[in-house]
Amino acid sequence: MNRRDFVGLTGLGATALLLPSLPGFGAQRVDPSRLLEPGADTILKKRLADAALNAAKSAGASYADVRIGRSLNQYVFAREKQVQNIVSTESYGVGIRVLVNGCWGFASTSVVTEASLVATARLAAEIAKADAKIQKEPVQLAAQKGYGEVSWRTPIVQNAFEVPVKQKADLLLAANAAAMDAGASYINSALFQVNEQKYFASTDGSYIDQDVHRLWPTFNVTAVDTKSGKFRSREALSAPVGLGYEYLTPSAAEQVRGPQGTDTIGYKLRYDLLADAALAGKQAKAKLGMKSVTPGKYDLVLDPGHLGLTIHESVGHPTELDRVLGYEANFAGTSFATLDWKAKNLPYGSKEVNIVADKLQPGAVGTVGYDDEGVKTKEWDIIQAGKLVDYQKIRDQAHIVGQKESDGCCYAQSWEDVQFQRMDNISLKPRPTPLSVDELVSKVDKGIYIAGAGSFSIDQQRFNFQFGGQLFFAIEKGKITEPLEDVAYQSNTQEFWGACAGSCDQRDYRLFGTFFDGKGQPMQSSSVSHGSATTRFNGVNVINTARKV
Amino acid sequence: MAILSKDEAQAILQKVLSYSTADACTVGLSGRTTGNIRYARNSVSTAGAQDTVSLTVEASFGKRSGIATCNEFDEATLRRCVQRAEEIAHLAPESPEYMPPLGPQTYLNPPSAATTPLTPTGRAQAAADSMALCAAKNLAAAGFLDGGTRFTALRNSKGLEAYQQLTSTNFSVTVRTPDGRGSGYALGDVTDVAKLNTKALTQRAADKATGSLGAKAIEPGKYTVILEPAALMAGDDLSLLGGLMSSLDARSADEGRSFLTKKGGGNRRGEKLFDERINIYSDPMNAEVPGQAFDGDGLPTQRMSWVEKGVVKNLYYSRFWAQKNNVAPTAYPSGFIMAGGTQSTADLIKGTAKGILVTRLWYIREVDPQTLLYTGLTRDGTFYIENGAIKFPIKNLRFNESPIIMLNNIEAIGRPVRLAGCLVPPLKIRDFTFTSLSDAV
Repeated sequence: MNRRDFVGLTGLGATALLLPSLPGFGAQRVDPSRLLEPGADTILKKRLADAALNAAKSAGASYADVRIGRSLNQYVFAREKQVQNIVSTESYGVGIRVLVNGCWGFASTSVVTEASLVATARLAAEIAKADAKIQKEPVQLAAQKGYGEVSWRTPIVQNAFEVPVKQKADLLLAANAAAMDAGASYINSALFQVNEQKYFASTDGSYIDQDVHRLWPTFNVTAVDTKSGKFRSREALSAPVGLGYEYLTPSAAEQVRGPQGTDTIGYKLRYDLLADAALAGKQAKAKLGMKSVTPGKYDLVLDPGHLGLTIHESVGHPTELDRVLGYEANFAGTSFATLDWKAKNLPYGSKEVNIVADKLQPGAVGTVGYDDEGVKTKEWDIIQAGKLVDYQKIRDQAHIVGQKESDGCCYAQSWEDVQFQRMDNISLKPRPTPLSVDELVSKVDKGIYIAGAGSFSIDQQRFNFQFGGQLFFAIEKGKITEPLEDVAYQSNTQEFWGACAGSCDQRDYRLFGTFFDGKGQPMQSSSVSHGSATTRFNGVNVINTARKV
Repeated sequence: MAILSKDEAQAILQKVLSYSTADACTVGLSGRTTGNIRYARNSVSTAGAQDTVSLTVEASFGKRSGIATCNEFDEATLRRCVQRAEEIAHLAPESPEYMPPLGPQTYLNPPSAATTPLTPTGRAQAAADSMALCAAKNLAAAGFLDGGTRFTALRNSKGLEAYQQLTSTNFSVTVRTPDGRGSGYALGDVTDVAKLNTKALTQRAADKATGSLGAKAIEPGKYTVILEPAALMAGDDLSLLGGLMSSLDARSADEGRSFLTKKGGGNRRGEKLFDERINIYSDPMNAEVPGQAFDGDGLPTQRMSWVEKGVVKNLYYSRFWAQKNNVAPTAYPSGFIMAGGTQSTADLIKGTAKGILVTRLWYIREVDPQTLLYTGLTRDGTFYIENGAIKFPIKNLRFNESPIIMLNNIEAIGRPVRLAGCLVPPLKIRDFTFTSLSDAV
């Protein structure tokens, strides 16, 4: 499914972030109770995997890996007073990747028997042999030690599938009612729940069993003024998270107030769906009568729920090594941050900019113990004091930058897709010394505070971008003065990060996330989070997006 | 077994329906035999093949519905699938928007392809040829070739029977110069793979790549542009025309949340919103872009005018919304056709005193649904035109523009070509709004 189809299908166009393809869409529909049934045990999976690995080796593979995947998903959709759809899906199968004659071959099957896996391994080897004949760059795989039999699980408090479907539907209906009572004309709400049960085995001697959980409650509220024909919307300020159902238990300690005068609330690792829906109803209605922005240069103060998307597009993508090298040239694009550019040691941003990749970050949707080619995940620096120090890379890319090991960021959206390099959780480090959001705003003479992610667009090499948002407030002489509408900013990656004037401290740090980071042909979706604290950028070009038609 | 004939598919569906105890039941079978190859840096990166069939059962008791699916076809599995759909239906809440299944329908028979889709060897050869052409010129090719056959069959307890088989092949290629200063793109999609010329498309992308070397910066602002079809419609991204066509929904207009909302209530169907030369329709029987004969509900598609002489003639009405508003429902078409003239892109360039030729637009996102304002950038070949000829390549630009404004600023409409299952002409447009420059190549 491509972006175009998806946006048409869901009617949640604006919410469906980045190259969307619903994970599990097309998988088998099942009864909700099935989502709690255990899958095959690790003894059986090891036996099946060994059979496939042996078949691959006999077929000439110098390396092979087997991924036995069981993907469980449930989606609940509601609008206003009605539940529209409750969908539970299960997908089970095996993907086998082999390296023969220096070329990758991949094949997958939904028939999980020893005979089928042996045949699939042979098929993967045949494909590798055929393509090796027109292959120009033989694969060089970084060495990886086997871990033996190990396991990892997302540290959740409550599996969302244990919560009765009715309770989840009732929660969405309560959120809808809260928004409508507060002034909304319409609301679409949704709860996405994902459990990936992944078993990985390779000829390196790893047998890795992982149980990965993700959750995303979201909504889009619209307020309509029938008389003028005007309408405005406000999306949820929640984030997709690597947590269980506990994310939906509100906690005062996990709430962060925006600057004084904004009436906005951001959320850390616990979310208050009802309070956010009520606030969204009020804010969407208020947007119908807000002042339209005067275009010009402003100092921007960006909240983490907004800045995460800018980090994703302007730092996450350009530092993916496959894009840098040209493997995505025909679709997602390449990168300005080439190996030659890095060698010049030019600034990526100001000295305030310190960015890390961290696949272990608690609560992040990209967090796992091991990646999809058997590498233990880690944290490493991407940008230090404004200078690019490293890329994101996997086993067959490490040698290109003179390194000996993978960063552990290889991922496939399901057992039936081949794994490749995907973006890690890429985050901006907060200020090490105390600075509150009100203190940050107090030093801004003429600025705009932006909360929540909106429209987003960036060129294929990640220079020029334009971002909108959910909520905008004018800042004059250190104070929030009034809400604004029709705001978008345009900048250039290096200019923008060069204008970074520092962040608030850890107390304000929050995660933005997406389920729909798209890359590859055929396109695959991956989940990723981006953390930051509220951050200031000086002198950014703001445009007015209002038009008359 | 991936591609079942009409009789094979209906025999399975008839058997599945016989197991149903629900008030209403709709069953569908779909399958595909497709394959792809991907390359970059003049080397193959991945290749894959899919061979799948899936059955969907939707059972309803009153206004409660449940859906179950399976991909094995022994009797026990089929029975379990029906049973599971019925169990889920019993547990489901009543849907106030429930619509009973349609009765028997009459369908058109869109033309099908004469040629068998490519084999893995055929795909590898096409990729090898594309790479060889570029390697010989010291250029780097990155491409994707994907295609095969699909079928869909439907049957329900009210007597509806539908079946269609469709083939398609898509190819796209980006060619870059070794120094990264030039980039070109071309794409094509066909029903009959014999009509796909991957070498010619690669050559076009290569010419754009070398032609875009040494791009100059120009001031952003309002310019006359010639938008090639790939700048108007995309296979794998949002596009200006695709975005417009997927926004013609009656319900969101009636609810007050669309550019088609009328002040004071209702929608703008029947109003002239575009230049009178704009005509957009869908036609599943078109020989060049044969479409789907029915939509997911089994509603037949037919020739349908969406925009006629600049007037919005029809909007999409779902069966529920159509019934509520006492109008006929609209089947969602698989593609659309924008009528045009006889001029090629080259002819349009000849007739242009000053302007910009745009090969492709990229990363298009909606900025304001109220006005259908979109932003995005030019990519893979942008050129300055003076006195009827291309003068020099220019750096890429970001635009902020609405297709509603754009289709009122028409200077000329060229000859439509097939793209992403649609027929789209190149358009010459005045006062197209570019708002900033990009260094991207």
